[in-house]
Amino acid sequence: MEQGRLSGRATPGGQLFDRNSSSPPQYSQGPARFYLPRPSLFSPYARLAPPPIQPSSLISSEGISLKTISELGGLHQMLGLHEHVFAAVPRDSTISLPDYQSSNRMGASFETPCGRLLIKPLQYMEMISSMKPNMWATLADEVPAWVSEKRNKASVDRTTGGAVFGSIVGGSKIEERKRCAEAVAERNVSGNLISEVGNTMPLGSVRKWSGCDRETDDILGFCLGGFGLGESMDERPSLLGAITNVKEILPEEKPRQICGLGLPEEVLQGVAAGIDLFDSTYIYHLTLGGFALTFPLEEIRRHGYGDQLSDTGRDGSKINLKATIYRKDTSPILEGCKCYTCQNHTKAYINHLLNVHEMLAQILLEMYVPNSLPIAVALFLGRVILTRNFCHLSSHNTHHYLGFFQMIREAIKGGTFEEFRQNFVETRRDHILAAALSA
Amino acid sequence: MEYISSYPVRAKVQAAAGVKILGRFNRARAAQLTLPHFVCQTPLFMPVGTQGTIKGLTTSQLEEIGCQIILGNTYHLALRPTSELIDELGGLHNFMNWPRALLTDSGGFQMVSLLHLADITEKGVTFQSPVDGKPMLLTPEESIQIQNRIGADIIMALDDVVKTTITGPRIEEAMYRTLRWIDRCIAGNCPVTHTWKLDDTYLLVKDICVKGLVERDLPGYAIGGLAGGEDKDSFWRVVAQCTAALPEDKPRYVMGVGYPLDIVVCSALGADMYDCVYPTRTARFGTALIPEGVLKLKHQAMANDTRPIDPTCECMVCKNYSRAYIHCLVTKDAMGSQLLSYHNLFYMMKLSRDLHSSIVDGGFRMEIHSDMSSVSFVNY
Repeated sequence: MEQGRLSGRATPGGQLFDRNSSSPPQYSQGPARFYLPRPSLFSPYARLAPPPIQPSSLISSEGISLKTISELGGLHQMLGLHEHVFAAVPRDSTISLPDYQSSNRMGASFETPCGRLLIKPLQYMEMISSMKPNMWATLADEVPAWVSEKRNKASVDRTTGGAVFGSIVGGSKIEERKRCAEAVAERNVSGNLISEVGNTMPLGSVRKWSGCDRETDDILGFCLGGFGLGESMDERPSLLGAITNVKEILPEEKPRQICGLGLPEEVLQGVAAGIDLFDSTYIYHLTLGGFALTFPLEEIRRHGYGDQLSDTGRDGSKINLKATIYRKDTSPILEGCKCYTCQNHTKAYINHLLNVHEMLAQILLEMYVPNSLPIAVALFLGRVILTRNFCHLSSHNTHHYLGFFQMIREAIKGGTFEEFRQNFVETRRDHILAAALSA
Repeated sequence: MEYISSYPVRAKVQAAAGVKILGRFNRARAAQLTLPHFVCQTPLFMPVGTQGTIKGLTTSQLEEIGCQIILGNTYHLALRPTSELIDELGGLHNFMNWPRALLTDSGGFQMVSLLHLADITEKGVTFQSPVDGKPMLLTPEESIQIQNRIGADIIMALDDVVKTTITGPRIEEAMYRTLRWIDRCIAGNCPVTHTWKLDDTYLLVKDICVKGLVERDLPGYAIGGLAGGEDKDSFWRVVAQCTAALPEDKPRYVMGVGYPLDIVVCSALGADMYDCVYPTRTARFGTALIPEGVLKLKHQAMANDTRPIDPTCECMVCKNYSRAYIHCLVTKDAMGSQLLSYHNLFYMMKLSRDLHSSIVDGGFRMEIHSDMSSVSFVNY
């Protein structure tokens, strides 16, 4: 990535990734359930369509075959989202998890609603070519942070063996990371590829990098795998840092993506460590529980104690609209919020919908009622990659979460990111403390 | 006649005069119905938004599709979130942010069909509260009061509901009781807003009933108790007989009628308004309405069909999605049923608009013929 731009690379496969069109967004959400846009509107940012998982269940006997997807013209046509950027990663955190105990040298294993699925690299590539996403990550053997050294090594060997996965994994050991990086730099992989950078145990046994079999263009960027699988928030910064701080491993101009970090504090951790693209199911799970995000999007100030109610599941950053205090509340979820839901509906109405189990509740809380302008892209480490205005309507939680990313970008641009981050985290802690004290 | 409203703050009181007929074709009428919140064109179809929402569709989408009146179920709304709360928050229009018209039923039908031990006496409908099992009573007066609190443009009077398949003196009893209940509504006990009357359907006593209702000069009339399993021949005959006897300048509402063909035929016989859960319910089962009849999206043949549901349909769903994609959604995801609800309601609204304009333009006869030819495809 050059200063101020995200470089685009045209590939022989015709997957143009033009800097002037919708560049990869900073935030993408795992769409276990292809959130369908409301009429005539489009979600203004990319979504992650994890081929082996979601499409696998689609590809089962009741699902949609790869051939039909190809006939339709790929993901963009199938979902009717022609202006969007789609990024495909193997892992869909809403409905499946990598099952590291079952992955073997034949392929990566995932637990899904259709049972355990073993996805082989060849299968995966078939899915990718049928779906034609704008960018995609290679298959990897992701393992959580606590696996044994032997297992870790095995996953590295698989991915680095080259013959099996063809994806790129890294680890947390500096020396091996360096070794991997060098190996990667020499290999070519097919265009628009985000290589998997796996994370394993903090013991320094870094997995090597390996390249994909296909020899066309360079890697577009890197996907850090193995996070969000249960490591603690305290150990994460060092794990992340081990990969991202070493310049030889991850060239600065290539974007880094990570799966599984969803809480605002986790996002801030990732941003601080140098990650550009995030994929999580945070919004999805929030909405399922009837929560709506409410943390202020203006400059974060430290609030005093005791100005929050503690009996509503509210901690200053979100409210639970199922709570009975909202039965007669005719105010919108968040005053001043420009999303469709806040512009048109009240907390009382959503409370009623949640109580009678109407699906409109989830739609208003989460889904997109978009406009057609593509979204802006990440700022990171002071470099502006912003290419377009960010201006759209969406349903509340998504809208709000995207606004959060916008704030991050502005803070980076303005050189105040660390202060912003500290303020944010401390304000949240204050609220939780206040809630605990008054409980 | 004037609509008398006891809630002048909420409902815009207009000196509306029933329907204004804009065109005719034999017995069919295309008309303009002026309501406090919206000026409607009939014939029209009303989707059912049971609990203050049409399943999964936003009010903006409903406007987009062309819905004019939405039906809300008094029984469900009185249960949750209660008519008092709706009243406190400014009425159902404000509560759900629907700017156009609303119609509520009396609540009686649902009670009788949903609740155990519901019974009808002279006083009203006795039933067991679904909340705590206590015996409760819904009187005609109470039903009107609940509906007034909800604040719909059109409300219904409680009637003595009987199954159309019942014969004997029960019918007569029901009919006379209904008339007595109407009088209670009209009398000083409760303010009468745009009250409609549920007609009895049994042929023999119909004339008495209809005459009785017409005498009372109500704002509109509803023909109910149909669409419950009687054979089609009786169905047409009853509708025909009622519309012949009802005054020309009042709207005629056939309750529970939703199959497209039925709507076309009833319109030919002189009815104006319809409601049914069919389009949205069948959507949730994966069935789409198309000119040729129905399309079952769950069928395996749809799995690889890359065409839209209906190539001639202009709705958002048919413009953006393929049958194959909807096929794999309907079996797994709520999204599938939302897309189909959207399409099906779009279809019904278009049907309403086409009926209206074809009667005005005089092309109505053709419509019946072409629809008749699709009889064999429509499932009853």
